[in-house]
Amino acid sequence: MKLTVEFQLNGRAVIVEIPAHLRLIDLLRDTLGENGTKEGCGEGECGACTVLVNGRVVNSCLFPAPEVDGAEVLTIESLMQGAAKLSPIQQAYLDNGGTQCGFCTPGMVMATVGLLGETPAPTDDEIRDALRGNLCRCTGYVQIVQSIRAAARTLREGAPA
Amino acid sequence: MNDFRHVGKPAPRPEGGDKLTGKARYIHDIQVPGMLHGKVKFSDHAHARVLNIDTSRAEALPGVHAVITARNTPEIRMGFLRDNVVLKKDVVRQFRDELAAVAAVDAETAQKAVDLIEVEYEPLPGVFTPTEALADGAPLVHETDVRGEPRTTNLLDLTFAHESGDLEEAERASKHIAEGYFKVPLIQQSCMGTAGCIADFDASGNLEITTKTQIPFLAQRDFNHALQAIGLSGRTVRVIVPTLGGGFGTGLDTHVYEYLSILLAWRTGKPVKMLYTREEEFAYLSPRQSAEVRIRQGCDANGRLTFRDIDVLQDNGAYTSWGATFPSVMLVPATSLYRVPVVRFDSRIVYTNNTYCQAMRGYGNPEVTWPIESTMDMLAELAGIDPLEIRRINCNQPGETTPMGMQVTTCGLAECLDIAGARIDWAGKHGTQRAASRGVGVASLMHVGGGGKIYRSDGSGIILKLDDYGTVNVSYGGVEMGQGLHAALTAMVAEGLGVRMEQVVINQTDTATCPWDVGTHASRGAFMAGNAALLACKQLRARLFEWAERYYPAEVERNLSRLAKRGDAVDADAFDYKRVTREGFELSDGVLYPLAAPDCAWLRVDLGRFLRAVHFSERGAGTMFTQEAFYEPPTDLPDWSKGQGNMSANYTYGTQAVEVEVDEETGEVTILKLVFALDVGRVLNRQTLEGQAYGAIAQGIGYALYEEVKTKDGRILNPGFTDYKLPTASEMAFPIELDFVETNDPAGPFGAKGVGEPGLVPTAPAISNAIYDAVGIRIHDLPITPEKVLAALEQKRRCEAAVTNPR
Repeated sequence: MKLTVEFQLNGRAVIVEIPAHLRLIDLLRDTLGENGTKEGCGEGECGACTVLVNGRVVNSCLFPAPEVDGAEVLTIESLMQGAAKLSPIQQAYLDNGGTQCGFCTPGMVMATVGLLGETPAPTDDEIRDALRGNLCRCTGYVQIVQSIRAAARTLREGAPA
Repeated sequence: MNDFRHVGKPAPRPEGGDKLTGKARYIHDIQVPGMLHGKVKFSDHAHARVLNIDTSRAEALPGVHAVITARNTPEIRMGFLRDNVVLKKDVVRQFRDELAAVAAVDAETAQKAVDLIEVEYEPLPGVFTPTEALADGAPLVHETDVRGEPRTTNLLDLTFAHESGDLEEAERASKHIAEGYFKVPLIQQSCMGTAGCIADFDASGNLEITTKTQIPFLAQRDFNHALQAIGLSGRTVRVIVPTLGGGFGTGLDTHVYEYLSILLAWRTGKPVKMLYTREEEFAYLSPRQSAEVRIRQGCDANGRLTFRDIDVLQDNGAYTSWGATFPSVMLVPATSLYRVPVVRFDSRIVYTNNTYCQAMRGYGNPEVTWPIESTMDMLAELAGIDPLEIRRINCNQPGETTPMGMQVTTCGLAECLDIAGARIDWAGKHGTQRAASRGVGVASLMHVGGGGKIYRSDGSGIILKLDDYGTVNVSYGGVEMGQGLHAALTAMVAEGLGVRMEQVVINQTDTATCPWDVGTHASRGAFMAGNAALLACKQLRARLFEWAERYYPAEVERNLSRLAKRGDAVDADAFDYKRVTREGFELSDGVLYPLAAPDCAWLRVDLGRFLRAVHFSERGAGTMFTQEAFYEPPTDLPDWSKGQGNMSANYTYGTQAVEVEVDEETGEVTILKLVFALDVGRVLNRQTLEGQAYGAIAQGIGYALYEEVKTKDGRILNPGFTDYKLPTASEMAFPIELDFVETNDPAGPFGAKGVGEPGLVPTAPAISNAIYDAVGIRIHDLPITPEKVLAALEQKRRCEAAVTNPR
């Protein structure tokens, strides 16, 4: 059975016909060709596929695609402000060594967007708590926490997210 | 601090922006027009005879392009000992044995077809521990060897051993002897990006394979053999490495799925992609070996080591990868961590019907450093010497030659011990916090830091190509897998050549464009790349300066005429720019100028402008600047049966100290603080170096406390992150202090040593020693789970009660 869903993806209207059982990650990667979101486990354990749906952090590998109908979806692609211009959160990750192999990174960054949207001045414990659904095998999380701390500081100083 | 312009600075990694924006292309992201997707039919038994494979229903499924089995494809032998074949015909020896593969229009259809393949088996008895496998009359995993000769044992014909000095005499002369039996588990490398590849043939039969590998050139060699097997001798193989998504040793061998992609692409004439899901990665990609280690160490009354005696029993699984040679690296700490005059080391590597294993970061080193460093503490207690002090007494020294024949150039271990001790407050905390169930522990490491020779060449080539705009395109055959190779190489090329970091662009690793490199393992990437780059830079600078004698003066004259047009007066007679000789030039930050007048603006010529002047020379005598170099470190391929040879150009040392608290009610171990002092030779890029250290520590903590692939009769029971516990940000919620000791090693590029693996080597023993200090128990098998801690505490209580209230 096919369904028509209409939603906002990174600020642009999308109308697309999809099978009813489609996962959001497949809609993003396969149907719409937005490859930034990664699939690390397919069972909601690693967080590499993290995106925001109506501002809420979700695992797109577990999220049914039909449920984005009428919603606003933000992926890693929403942060790029034209070529060669990183968002303050991305810049903070770059400056603080928050990415290594990079496979968990889009999910980490989107979890960060979600966290800082709700908690502009998180403590280290709040940062670690927000990352508990995002696995990283490379960094030991230390420089990721440092990156998020630095991003929060920049954003509080008035840069747009 | 140093005087370098780029080396040692905390510059962001050059490929970081692409990773942060989702633009980096992993194998998962690559689509090729006309591409099919492959899936594999794996064995349903750990050991069985295969009676029949019926693929007829799979072949009939719409969307299926090919179904291959051993019966309709040529045999391709593979593996370190060539004891594996790509498709199994008559016998399966492990649960993941490949019986058939399907190429279909999408992965879902391919999997459906795989599920329609029917296999009839006759189950055979299996062996699932090395001890079982070595028992008299045990079923043989391989009944014949590669040559078809009958085998009589499950023991592999691989010898890694060492004997130096008179062991019996050394034992007699020892005042104290500590011994122990330690076990390390099967663990999963757990790259966040799963394994995969895309194989494609052109119309002439040349193969192009884009694959997640750390050894593009050894893979090229292996795939060449595969082409010979399928009748395509003489065709070329091109291996392209995508953004990796983590390596950690998983890319040190070629894998069955790669050969299956090749066979399916050959059969269908279309590109075929294989991509493992997470569950497949856990169940069908080789993990790190489990092993059992028996160790005895002795010391004299003053705590000086008298001997060390180690026996390793390693579960190989059903086939043999490069990872089977872990004991080659076990020999490093076994013979050479701390000064020990008499050493005996022996290892047995045993076939079982478990999943076959492969390399992981540290490559055997953590497996024996844990027993060595645990028994160091036991010896210290027997001798009544402080654990930190006994390590100082036996500390390695610069200039020494170890029992294995390793020539220690620089060695910062003494400094590392001091730093780790001071920063953890060893004097104040060791042995004083039992009442609070808190303790501190320390452990050190020694690892190869200047390559690790395990193949007939341990070399690396490099090509530097300058374009018309002063950009340096670097072609290097090593692999950036997240460790920061490109960040370090960018800094070294910029420094060595004299350009700005943004002028250095590192090309994608590709056997068609990069010169040979043995592979990115043994912490060798930055060491090798740097040394090769420095050779090339030196030659390139010499050529540039030679050409500058002829072309530089005209560029200065252009500077002068531009200044004159602007009305700026310059005294052009102040410096004789027409007679600068090749020895008189300097290139720095991408600007060419005379050494004798470094600050004179009108004498400064942009590199790009100079290159264009040479290229577009009106005399028709122009040139391009491309420079290749090959670096082979001055090391030996050891004699493994004797455990002798200087396998690395330098050695990396370090010490971790850790403070823990043990919850005696729940058995949980909480880390309060960890200090890591590491002799890195020279910091090349501080940000990525710190990243390597932090990340390795997290892996060491996983090894020590959390991670284990659980199996029952060869079947993997926890194939996913739900039941396989990686450390999360919550487990890493304690302060880590890093301190890098710069010993400026003469063999290293800018003095640097390899640092990729060391951080996870001493973590488990540092933690287990701290647990002993906290609550007086010693766990002998990793991971140290709360259940094991509680059981050991209970046993300790019973023993103490028995001593207090003897019956």
